[in-house]
Amino acid sequence: MSEVIVVTSGKGGVGKTTTSANVGTGLAKLNKKVVLIDTDIGLRNLDVVMGLENRIVYNLVDVVEGNCRPKQAMIKDKRYNNLYLLPSAQTRDKTSVTPEQMVSLVNELREEFDYIILDCPAGIEQGFKNAIAGADRALVVTTPEVSAIRDADRIIGLLEANSMGKVDLIVNRIRMDMVKKGDMMSIEDVVDILSINLIGAVPDDENIVIATNQGEPLVGNDTLPGQAYMNICKRIMGESVPMLDLAKNNGFFAKIAGLFKKN
Amino acid sequence: MSLFDIFKKKSSGDVAKDRLKLLLVSDRANCSPEIMELIKNDIINVIAKYMEIDCEGLDIQITQTESDGENGNVPALVANIPIKEVKHNS
Repeated sequence: MSEVIVVTSGKGGVGKTTTSANVGTGLAKLNKKVVLIDTDIGLRNLDVVMGLENRIVYNLVDVVEGNCRPKQAMIKDKRYNNLYLLPSAQTRDKTSVTPEQMVSLVNELREEFDYIILDCPAGIEQGFKNAIAGADRALVVTTPEVSAIRDADRIIGLLEANSMGKVDLIVNRIRMDMVKKGDMMSIEDVVDILSINLIGAVPDDENIVIATNQGEPLVGNDTLPGQAYMNICKRIMGESVPMLDLAKNNGFFAKIAGLFKKN
Repeated sequence: MSLFDIFKKKSSGDVAKDRLKLLLVSDRANCSPEIMELIKNDIINVIAKYMEIDCEGLDIQITQTESDGENGNVPALVANIPIKEVKHNS
């Protein structure tokens, strides 16, 4: 049975695309057949985060308009033979696609894939409506900041109003050193405020920047965010995985290392 | 908690959490500032019949409060209305 998951947040820049790339890649690593769809028409990004930007021929709008078949537009990831990307169009805008067209595209893809991951644009307008139209469940990404949480709350309200089957929360960019000092809301605080199910938390980590620079999602490697994303993937598949201790990098040796790093 | 903590001001994380809690209650209640303004004016009109109030100092807010029933916290409209003088014209 296939599942269609939309990754959304309301606010921009909280990590929707990074999350989509890592969750998609992670599920493929777990031997699921996955297609990632970039629904951010006009601001194409998922292709560069995935490192597949040089292989685009057709895009989402071409598929929807019937200029090509979905198969022709989907880029096969060379690293994982069961992972595909359907890129967005860069020169069009959000009104090029309707929610009805998204639903029929997604339903067509359901027959072939285990997971269809939709990377949603920021905002609550047409692009958001297109992205959520065909989804069975949603991953709401937020950071422990006032603005991101407020937008996440609004998004959760809209998802519920659109009777989204399942809505889970990802708290991204958490900094345990700041939480410890009381200068950042903790994961528990965020969950308490938004009161929806937490499916995972990802630390603010320089490895994410490095991975994005290289166009290689870090899910599944031995970095903290790599493990955190892999755990999220397993939880999506229904496994119960204990929450990762994100504070463990702040141990004695990390502190010593930190001393040398500071100029 | 050390003696020092007593003098410390509230951490910024807690400030953020408190601000958000208040903010989201009014966001969720879907009460626009315009509607709040209308409610405020109506309250002034009603109260003004019986007492002289300080319109400038009047403040209304949607917050959360513990409900008497079993459904936990519920939104509540809290109005702070400073009275200048009670009218005795009965």
